[in-house]
Amino acid sequence: MNYSPYFNKKYETLDRSQIEALQLERLQRTVAHCMNSPFYKKRFEEIKLCPEDIQSLDDLKRIPFTTKQDLRDTYPFGIASVPLERCVRLHSSSGTTGNPTVILHTQKDLDEWANALARCMWMVGLRPTDVFQNSSGYGMFTGGLGFQYAAERLGMLTVPAAAGNTKRQLKFITDFGTTAVHAIPSYAARLYEVMVEMGIDPRRDTKLTTLLIGAEPHSEEQRRRIEEMLGVKAYNSFGMSEMCGPGVAFECKEQNGMHIWEDYYIVEIVDPQTLEPVQDGEVGEMVLTTINREAMPLLRYRTRDLTRIIPGPCPCGREHKRIDRMKGRSDDMIILKGVNIFPIQIEQVLLQFKELATDYLITLETSDSNDEMSVDVELSQLFTDDFGRLQSLTREITRRLKDEILVTPRVRLVPKGSLPKSEGKAVRVKDLRKHF
Amino acid sequence: MTISQLSIFIENKSGTLLQVLNLLKDAQISLIASNIADTVEYGICRIICSEPARAYSVLKEAGVAVALSDVFAIELDNEPGRAAEAIGVLSKEGINITYLYSFLLNGKGILIFRTDDAEKARETIILAGLQFIAEKDLTHLV
Repeated sequence: MNYSPYFNKKYETLDRSQIEALQLERLQRTVAHCMNSPFYKKRFEEIKLCPEDIQSLDDLKRIPFTTKQDLRDTYPFGIASVPLERCVRLHSSSGTTGNPTVILHTQKDLDEWANALARCMWMVGLRPTDVFQNSSGYGMFTGGLGFQYAAERLGMLTVPAAAGNTKRQLKFITDFGTTAVHAIPSYAARLYEVMVEMGIDPRRDTKLTTLLIGAEPHSEEQRRRIEEMLGVKAYNSFGMSEMCGPGVAFECKEQNGMHIWEDYYIVEIVDPQTLEPVQDGEVGEMVLTTINREAMPLLRYRTRDLTRIIPGPCPCGREHKRIDRMKGRSDDMIILKGVNIFPIQIEQVLLQFKELATDYLITLETSDSNDEMSVDVELSQLFTDDFGRLQSLTREITRRLKDEILVTPRVRLVPKGSLPKSEGKAVRVKDLRKHF
Repeated sequence: MTISQLSIFIENKSGTLLQVLNLLKDAQISLIASNIADTVEYGICRIICSEPARAYSVLKEAGVAVALSDVFAIELDNEPGRAAEAIGVLSKEGINITYLYSFLLNGKGILIFRTDDAEKARETIILAGLQFIAEKDLTHLV
């Protein structure tokens, strides 16, 4: 069958002036709709701004930023712009310390999300003839249900394998003739390791052609390694639960920057200190405004992700802007195995143990292409002479940390005063992972 | 009938033991026996010394993670089989030894150990007539 190169030709082939005209129209509509949100209504009143004041895309700058703290302060439903009865799903961030964040979706939001991500997958060459296996966690993690619905929307046979159990994943890949897998980069490498152990040659014994990776920082070298190991093309993607999830930006076949769908989002790159816009091509914090969303539009949301716009046209012909792979964060959030973790979450768990002093050190390392976290904690007093009790303390700390941050860290007890300090202030995070 | 032992949490790193030993030296405290048990990441150094209570305060004040615990110390004749005999007595009563170290002093074998049931061990040692060392005997040993 002869397929079109586009999933949604009308929107994918807009030129710059069309994109901007559409954005203004959608922005005005979104801002007016936001007046149904108690949060935005109050905020606009405070600065005496009316939806009618937004007359050009430049006027976007008159709208204050929205932050993760705003989401926490209005937890759970305070930003919503529609009544709850119109919402059909929510996704919530991990964590129990402080308030987590909640994102609400109407049925239309879910449809549009599936359309956007289906568009991404089509763009890298996936078609209804493909068999798609989603090795991402389901549940609250948006990489699960997000890819599921989008792959079904595209029309692929979809295998909701979910995370873990690598041998079972490989059985699915070989038995069902899986051609495309979505996984975090470190898990892609793990799949290969287990293939080697089991004597599976990915080129000979599987039909894999495509890997969709993202949600975890990785370098160009890591991508090339995954491609070489598995004999596939691997495409990087960007998404965040605040913006639905995966499907915000995706690489095209050029593999040089991720097209951000500008019929869904207005992207700004600002200096994280001055919050003033930077020139195209310069690195800054990405700020996103949703312009195609009902339940919970977010205006000028500070993503805290650092990236840049790649200047110039893309040879693929799409004029939607391209963002570069993420260069880091403008806050202290850690992204590990696709999970977002703030050091404060770890701190608050450790504070519950009276056996521990206040200092701790989080180390992120890559071992066997697997990213891991270890947490060094200081023992304040030796409360026992018994190794068994020290080990059960370590186990208990590990368990409670896992409950909070959803990944299992390696916990090490160290004597008080032995953790490094810099200029009197404790160093909390050491990132030795191999990317950027 | 038990004696005080210092337990010190130490990192598996060169110099950490020396720091502890220097603190004890500066306080004029003599060591009678010591032992280090280690895991991959850390160790516990166990020390029998003169004036354990004072040694404990000295280390604690210096910020060392230290605990004072009670252990049994049994004196045995220096002949083959005596240790087996003593441990056999405890074992028959179903008492587990969590750790043990031993040394020779003035021609006598000394076993230092901790059990999982101190009460039962106490009675068993008394009823079996084993020679034990008490806290007050420690100063004579140095």
